[in-house]
Amino acid sequence: MKKGWIKSMLRTAAGAALALTVTAAPSQKAQAQSLTLCWAAWDPANALVEMSKDFTAQSGIEMNFEFVPWPNYADRMLNELNSGGKLCDLLIGDSQWIGGSAENGHYVKLNSFFDKEGISMDDFLPATVYAYSTWPKGSPNYWALPAMGDANGWVYRKDWFSRPALRSEFKSKYGRDLEPPKTWTEMKDIGEFFQGRDIDGKRVYGAAIFTERGSEGITMGATGALYSWGFQYQNPNKPYDMEGFVNSPDAVAALEFYKELYKCCTPPGYTDSYMEEGLDAFKSGQVAMMMNWFAFFPGLHKDPVVGGDKIGFFVNPGQKVEASTLGGQGISVVSYSEKKDQALEYVKWFASPKVQKKWWSLGGYSCHKSVLLDPGFANTQPFAADFLKAMDGVQDFWQEPAYAELLLAMQKRVHDFVVADQGTAQEALDKLIEDWTETFEDEGKL
Amino acid sequence: MSRPSILQKIATSVAVATPAPVARKVRGLSDRAITWLFVTPTILLLLVINIFPLIWTIQLSFTNYKANRAARGEKFIGLRNYERVLGDADIWITLQTTAHFLIWTMLLQVLLGFGLAWLLNKQFKGHSFWTTLILLPMMLSPAVVGNFWRFLYQPQIGLFNYIIAFFTGADPSSFQMLGDVNLAPWSIVIVDTWMWTPYIMLICLAGLRSIPDYIYEAAEVDRASKWRQFWSITVPMVLPFLMLAVLFRAIENFKMFDLVVELTNGGPGSVTELASINLKREAFEKWRTGYSSAFAIILFVTVFGVANIYVKALNAVKQR
Repeated sequence: MKKGWIKSMLRTAAGAALALTVTAAPSQKAQAQSLTLCWAAWDPANALVEMSKDFTAQSGIEMNFEFVPWPNYADRMLNELNSGGKLCDLLIGDSQWIGGSAENGHYVKLNSFFDKEGISMDDFLPATVYAYSTWPKGSPNYWALPAMGDANGWVYRKDWFSRPALRSEFKSKYGRDLEPPKTWTEMKDIGEFFQGRDIDGKRVYGAAIFTERGSEGITMGATGALYSWGFQYQNPNKPYDMEGFVNSPDAVAALEFYKELYKCCTPPGYTDSYMEEGLDAFKSGQVAMMMNWFAFFPGLHKDPVVGGDKIGFFVNPGQKVEASTLGGQGISVVSYSEKKDQALEYVKWFASPKVQKKWWSLGGYSCHKSVLLDPGFANTQPFAADFLKAMDGVQDFWQEPAYAELLLAMQKRVHDFVVADQGTAQEALDKLIEDWTETFEDEGKL
Repeated sequence: MSRPSILQKIATSVAVATPAPVARKVRGLSDRAITWLFVTPTILLLLVINIFPLIWTIQLSFTNYKANRAARGEKFIGLRNYERVLGDADIWITLQTTAHFLIWTMLLQVLLGFGLAWLLNKQFKGHSFWTTLILLPMMLSPAVVGNFWRFLYQPQIGLFNYIIAFFTGADPSSFQMLGDVNLAPWSIVIVDTWMWTPYIMLICLAGLRSIPDYIYEAAEVDRASKWRQFWSITVPMVLPFLMLAVLFRAIENFKMFDLVVELTNGGPGSVTELASINLKREAFEKWRTGYSSAFAIILFVTVFGVANIYVKALNAVKQR
């Protein structure tokens, strides 16, 4: 009797297991036909979700997305990569990660895949290929496909700039028309002109610039000024030789200027602000000008309150040279993914000119020449021409494997000087060289 | 005949349910063996969760290991990390910032906490309500407190600035608590004091209520003044409680992280960058694992040493 009971239980268990296996089979198959793409949570990501529906329709592969807000994006994603996580099959990673991700084996090298599928890097803007795809820099070793071109630009309140009373007051004070600035000096004049002014019964301020301390904000902002003064990270003829370049007189002048701009022309309490805080200040009508990434401009242009004809755009002003801070990312296949083939299929789909055209039309910034070099491109959006101009002179931060260490050192030195009034610009840059030298020594590069 | 208690019932059920071979084995165990049987899981947990990471951290502190570059391996570099930490001017500034925060929060919380406890110890109408109300801040999450105080400190819309402006006549947006180099260290002291004074108050209140009334009555008979009663009875008898509360709060504030990160994120510049924030940046943002391990060990030894001295002082006070 007892044995019979046990047999009956075993039969039931076996039946249940079989049933589970049968019912689980389709779901496993479905799971195998899905990919997870990781990126930052911002406007272009929404466009990508929309566009990826075409990929699903074409391939049958479901797309899942993991979007992380910018302030936590690097931490979250680099932890994921460093731990060999399988969360992301595809990753749209920041340009500075490429060195570390290539050397640490986080990304799949794409050369043979590109050769096999006939994807040519010559079809993409050279600056974007250099910045988003190659490691070592400039070598024909590709770890990503340029996915989202971006640079730091400016947006301004065209409706305020066009008010006759303000224009006339500005002209009498500065001897020129109130127009988007061509240099940082002109921009500071405009910032001072608007700072603390009452417009439509509301107190407004000059400019929203990047001052954020925790991740990369103030570095991305300050380098906008540094590059315009001709800043260089190292001796072009002697890698990692930074003395006289990082702390050159022009670099010191640029950093001092950025501090002056912060002091004269930003809203009160603007001590730790990055993209989102800038957008908040601009959209709430607090500032006349805002520094931010081109990636946000399509959304701003569509904004019902401050968008449309009320705003205009301009490229990062020059001072001694024309230059902009590079943003943007490439799309990579994560080497820990178990669905690398499907992930590569997505990259192949994404690289096609037709998809790239749609990408731009939905608010993404294509890096494909067929889009950017189209004669009509400059007229497709009010910021399109400026984007092209910006991409022509972009410069990026170190893309070394130790980039996080290098970046955080600059965050500290620049924030200490600009926001916290500690020391001089010369001291800040001298200390920065000491920090970077120590890092490169640890890396065995010095 | 008394009815068996619930515990007795449970013990009986367990005894009955225990299979005979197991019961025979347990009966054969000595008291010492049974003690070890109960203590071993805890010791194992301690070893795995506390001791092993500590030993590993000590080992890593002598290497150039970077957790984000594990494939690169690690190299023994002797005391180089310790030399770097102790010779790093920024680390000393961080420790000064931590000391400023620690000393001022403790001082203010002890004064205010003891004062509030002394007031609440008086029996007055509604004192239970006020006790509960005062305790509310310490029941909140530090992340929540940090976030809403950031709004309170906001120069354009913050209530704090408006209140100060109301009393001083200054423009509310003419000063910024979190963005000003001189005010930011005080702004984090204010918030921590607001949040944790109730904790000190609660422990002091327990101390005050533990003083028997007859001691005060005897002092009254001896015609001791209220001032004398306060210094000769109240303070000495509350002191052990107060010292214990200070010990707990000081350890907590030495490793303060969440509240300050939400408020200032260590800024402006690095003027509110406490040791724990610096350590987190070195370990998990710059990924200098060996260096940060050395810094962590130095902090650990410091806290451990100071806490030991303090506990000895506390025991001396208790035995007086």
